[in-house]
Amino acid sequence: MSEASFAAALLDPARPVPPGLLRPDGLPADKRFAVYRNNVAVSLSEGLQAGFPVVKKLVGEAFFTAMAGEFLRTHPPRGRIMMLYGDEFAGFLANFPPVAAYPYLPDVARIEQSLRESYHAGDAEPLPVAAFGIPEAELLMSRLSFAPALRLVRSNWPIHAIWRFNTEGGPSPVPGPQDALILRPEFDPKPLLLPPGGGQFMEHLLEGAPLVQALSASPPDFNLSAVLALLLNGRAITGLHP
Amino acid sequence: MRDTVFDVLPPKPGVGYKPQHFASIMAGSGPVQWLEIHAENFMGDGGRPLAQLRHLAERLPISVHGVGLSIGGEAALDVDHLGRLKSLCNWLNPASFSEHLAWSSHDGAYFNDLLPLPYTAATVARVADHVAQVQDVLGRRMLLENPSSYLAFAETEMSEVDFLTEVARRTGCGLLLDVNNVFVSATNLGFAPMAFIEAFPLHLVGEIHLGGHDVDHDEVGAVLLIDSHAHAVTDPVWELYRAVIAKAGPKPTLIEWDNDVPEWSVLAKEAARAAAILEPAR
Repeated sequence: MSEASFAAALLDPARPVPPGLLRPDGLPADKRFAVYRNNVAVSLSEGLQAGFPVVKKLVGEAFFTAMAGEFLRTHPPRGRIMMLYGDEFAGFLANFPPVAAYPYLPDVARIEQSLRESYHAGDAEPLPVAAFGIPEAELLMSRLSFAPALRLVRSNWPIHAIWRFNTEGGPSPVPGPQDALILRPEFDPKPLLLPPGGGQFMEHLLEGAPLVQALSASPPDFNLSAVLALLLNGRAITGLHP
Repeated sequence: MRDTVFDVLPPKPGVGYKPQHFASIMAGSGPVQWLEIHAENFMGDGGRPLAQLRHLAERLPISVHGVGLSIGGEAALDVDHLGRLKSLCNWLNPASFSEHLAWSSHDGAYFNDLLPLPYTAATVARVADHVAQVQDVLGRRMLLENPSSYLAFAETEMSEVDFLTEVARRTGCGLLLDVNNVFVSATNLGFAPMAFIEAFPLHLVGEIHLGGHDVDHDEVGAVLLIDSHAHAVTDPVWELYRAVIAKAGPKPTLIEWDNDVPEWSVLAKEAARAAAILEPAR
């Protein structure tokens, strides 16, 4: 009996149990094979439930379990580190017809996956505030580097409000786009709401553009000091390169 | 990371580490004299898991237990994963490294379960090659753990004890004897657990696992035990463990409780029960 036939039957309950697997009485071990099928499905599904609690809350536990079953059969883990399993979940949700009525769901999954990545990202010392005490012209020409735990999630939906409403009990979300910055000042990452234009500004900085270039692409009423305050409080700026 | 003073596991009770127990352990681990971690849970780049592990490793010996290497698999070992294990072991300098006689990946997909293999001349050669490769890369001797079985393979040609003994002979690896797995496999496959222990090369055992199982039944009503790690150790497993320690002398003994994890005090009580069996055997 090959590993391939065992593996194929493991993820697809419609396939027959591979031959050559026996009960103690020598007959085919159908129910016993089901233990492995169940172990795999339950452990992968529990991994997703632990990683995506807000998605689960939004669709309900029974629906989530059925959906996770569909996902794990079509997208089994490609890596062996279960704490990060689900990086394809947002993309799957975007193309899963039964959740078409929840168009913001993929972005909720993106926030949750970013939180997991941030939790396990490398540690980094933030730049001391004194390092920013350079002439303004020089500061504007500088590029910034950021802590590995920083993540940016841009959305056409009020994604930060949706996340807060379903976790911390924030106010009801109001329609409109929101961009969230995930920062981890110490060990616990948190999504923070960026002011209008903040998502695009951060995108430029993350691509390595100098501050002046990121600013020139921003709307006239862009609140630079609000974004810098978020970054400094979140201990997220690790380098300044004039 | 540090010059460890914990270069071996003591022949005393340990428990599987769960983050929710961090504060209790740091406040005083009681009868628990060492900890086991699942390697894959500490393969991030930083953050709280590694910070906690750094603190724990200053207090207690740590055993690194891999669950994702797929040593029993047909394919070559995943060298990236092996590299991550090496980085973790180099950083932590653990008192022990162990993995399973099982496979968990096929064709790039990872199943997050310990899957069984037939015991043949071909699979013993494959597993021995993989164990030798792990020991070469990590630069240390590893322990290989006996699995829990739910079914048998028609093509199997040798007993599990003979298989493990032969892998150890070819590679010089040690063995991790999971007494609950022996009991589960014996019940499910219909052999006598004590006969397994009598035949087992106990001098190669570097660590013992004890855990809880669930009781189910197969389609003809035969008892089918499931290795769930979701309960206290059962009485027949304690009895079997007592017999192992009487024969082998005291060995580092882990209480494994991975699902429906109880409060620290419950785990500490299980550890104290193991200590009561280990202590008179000294």
